[in-house]
Amino acid sequence: MGLPLMMERSSDNNNNNVVELSRVAVSDTHGEDSPYFAGWKAYDENPYDETHNPSGVIQMGLAENQVSFDLLETYLEKKNPEGSMWGSKGAPGFRENALFQDYHGLKTFRQAMASFMEQIRGGKARFDPDRIVLTAGATAANELLTFILADPNDALLVPTPYYPGFDRDLRWRTGVKIVPIHCDSSNHFQITPEALESAYQTARDANIRVRGVLITNPSNPLGATVQKKVLEDLLDFCVRKNIHLVSDEIYSGSVFHASEFTSVAEIVENIDDVSVKERVHIVYSLSKDLGLPGFRVGTIYSYNDHVVRTARRMSSFTLVSSQTQHMLASMLSDVEFTEKYIRINRERLRTRYETIVEGLKKAGIECLKGNAGLFCWMNLGFLLEKKTKEGELQLWDVILKELKLNISPGSSCHCSEFGWFRVCFANMSENTLEIALKRIHEFMDRRRRF
Amino acid sequence: MKQLSTKVTSNAHGQDSSYFLGWEEYEKNPYDETKNPNGIIQMGLAENQLCFDLIETWLAKNPDAAGLKKDGQSIFKELALFQDYHGLPEFKKALAEFMEEIRGNRVTFDPSKIVLAAGSTSANETLMFCLAEPGDAFLLPTPYYPGFDRDLKWRTGAEIVPIHCSSSNGFQITESALQQAYQQAQKLDLKVKGILVTNPSNPLGTMLTRRELNLLVDFVSSKNIHLISDEIYSGTVFGFEQFVSVMDVLKDKNLENTEVSKRVHVVYSLSKDLGLPGFRVGAIYSNDEMVVSAATKMSSFGLVSSQTQYLLSALLSDKKFTSTYLDENKKRLKIRQKQLVSGLEAAGVTSLKSNAGLFCWVDMRHLLDTNTFEAELELWKKIVYEVKLNISPGSSCHCTEPGWFRVCFANMSEDTLDLAMKRLKEYVESTDSRRMISKSSHERIKSLRKRTVSNWVFRVSWTDRVPDER
Repeated sequence: MGLPLMMERSSDNNNNNVVELSRVAVSDTHGEDSPYFAGWKAYDENPYDETHNPSGVIQMGLAENQVSFDLLETYLEKKNPEGSMWGSKGAPGFRENALFQDYHGLKTFRQAMASFMEQIRGGKARFDPDRIVLTAGATAANELLTFILADPNDALLVPTPYYPGFDRDLRWRTGVKIVPIHCDSSNHFQITPEALESAYQTARDANIRVRGVLITNPSNPLGATVQKKVLEDLLDFCVRKNIHLVSDEIYSGSVFHASEFTSVAEIVENIDDVSVKERVHIVYSLSKDLGLPGFRVGTIYSYNDHVVRTARRMSSFTLVSSQTQHMLASMLSDVEFTEKYIRINRERLRTRYETIVEGLKKAGIECLKGNAGLFCWMNLGFLLEKKTKEGELQLWDVILKELKLNISPGSSCHCSEFGWFRVCFANMSENTLEIALKRIHEFMDRRRRF
Repeated sequence: MKQLSTKVTSNAHGQDSSYFLGWEEYEKNPYDETKNPNGIIQMGLAENQLCFDLIETWLAKNPDAAGLKKDGQSIFKELALFQDYHGLPEFKKALAEFMEEIRGNRVTFDPSKIVLAAGSTSANETLMFCLAEPGDAFLLPTPYYPGFDRDLKWRTGAEIVPIHCSSSNGFQITESALQQAYQQAQKLDLKVKGILVTNPSNPLGTMLTRRELNLLVDFVSSKNIHLISDEIYSGTVFGFEQFVSVMDVLKDKNLENTEVSKRVHVVYSLSKDLGLPGFRVGAIYSNDEMVVSAATKMSSFGLVSSQTQYLLSALLSDKKFTSTYLDENKKRLKIRQKQLVSGLEAAGVTSLKSNAGLFCWVDMRHLLDTNTFEAELELWKKIVYEVKLNISPGSSCHCTEPGWFRVCFANMSEDTLDLAMKRLKEYVESTDSRRMISKSSHERIKSLRKRTVSNWVFRVSWTDRVPDER
């Protein structure tokens, strides 16, 4: 989209008429022309509404967590019944909060984040509040880390399928490349040592310097945790190649059974060798577990002092609103509340997951066995005439136009197998989910009749 | 040992500069009226603390805004989920109107041309990413805000080439200085992509004159480059003259909706006018669709918290509040600035005549041992460690003349400002006598001739030293 315009401008420039924008500005590395975003547009134009628009498009492409808001609202209402978050009578405490722009972040808030992250991991790892760097969302955290760990034209290895947003977050302004670690259904899309080696070699063959591996654990779009053995292998690999390991654990609080999640933090907890620890960095955010994407709260946790220091300075470009830090600090450090929230949130997500997987099964559709996240990884490969990207996108288009369901095609997640789709289940009411499943049932029935 | 990127090992973040070191010293020993009356007074932080009471009163009367409610109903869920990088429509509308109000409603701002960012720090960097390639240059008049070295250059790889301004004409931008800077960039083999000015100026505390603005618009027009006007202090103009924005100039020159107007971009923020730096609210305003489009997508990396957007849309939509606020803000800043200026005068120190901002550009050249930056740094150290005032040395702002300092006045109480001025006066007087004593003993030792002039005459002639011109 940007390219033809750029060429126009180049010829204009020969007449010294039009000054160019940067290559970054006109490139399409922001990725917004992919179907992942096209589906959103279709939804925006015809959004489902239970009463006003019951035949509209149901949004199943947005990984939002809407199942536990009541818990948050009740808590905040109890804490501040008059609605004033800075104390009563005209808000003393307001000015200190309004002035607070220290890139170290509000100490109470950092402590609260550390405590919350520990609780999610059942106390199996400890987090030092002084190693927490706050950023405006995980989007910013991932980009920031990439700026710090890699130079333009270097590469990060990322297992496929991966979150489409990474193409923008890791590459756009940083100039860093992504080299995929290909995973497939033969072993439930787990990362194998062979796949790792192969990705690394691909980069080397192209004369590209690999700076690190970035994984999402639990995985988006798979909706499954990474096994402990795989994490250990990954860390070994990174040590051998002398590169970094970034673990985006944004869905860590959305694991249905706490015992099934191993954070890279647990593995590092038992390691004394600083040269090993220093290559590990964790990204977190409140956008998924707490369902607060609008508040822009992300964090980088690094075992590397130099990275922490630099990330802190760089966070000047993406600080978390002090108003937001203030509001969430006491809630997140209320251990009794957070324990209850984490437990109930897990249960509700598990119930939702079971509903959708059962519903799909009844329609003759299998999903990857998942145990986390706000979505399931659905296999429609058997419906494809041709197992190609085009075949998959055709089916996606049919689902969008006929079933009026916006789901995410695996190709937009760079999946090397075609026919997989990510389907979100936590961003709607139970009723809406039932309607969506009904539409799928009917569709499958119609297909069987022919 | 695995390495980090070159960005990490470079010090383009600028944090080793004295600007930040002064902060560090202050943090170790901060002044407090009761708990630490001998501590360092922070005069290096351009914060506006004069009008919080107005906002606090408004908050008390409008509890819904901060309570995430609309007409008494909770909108927590809607706000919690709202992460659209186009921003809250009500907020952009209110912000556009606020910007118009600051400019006397002489120009209009279209909300769809506003891109929100997490502070002007983020806005300026984002604009750089959109307008410059690594290695391209932007021209900036000196002295300039030290943070620009980090904001414009660090992650973008862009370069800054200074437009040298001097005290000979009140640090105004001249045509020859512009041309010289442009040629200097070419000598360095750097492609000039644009000019960035701060208007009103930080650290000068003055508004750009119409002459300068016309000069700038003509220059970018002829050279086919961009003009970024950071108008973060536009609401702090307290002088008799009105604030003239680059948008006024475009209108007056009939350049609205032309190719040139597409290359003029305004940056704004609520950190200075409203004193809300913690809330991270910045904005880019551009007439170029492609810039707006690219910058909007980039704002994903620094969105404004929806909670904050909602609070501020309510605050800024209240026109009674905004007009009262802007008026009071002006009045209080003017009084405070006057207090600083007279305090300085009592210490025998003059400053550039200012009409805006939260600071004065103070002339301490006569207190330097020699007309060098080493001497400026020595003087600065004495002021920080002995006088216990953290002020910003001109060299950290890339000023080409040693001896100038930026001194803030809006981030402390009247009493604290009084105390600061007292300390300065005492220091200057003691230095005078110390200097006099050392000079006279020097004379006694060197010369065996009887002095033919009295000590009094000698002292006057020394303090009236004519500053060196560049």
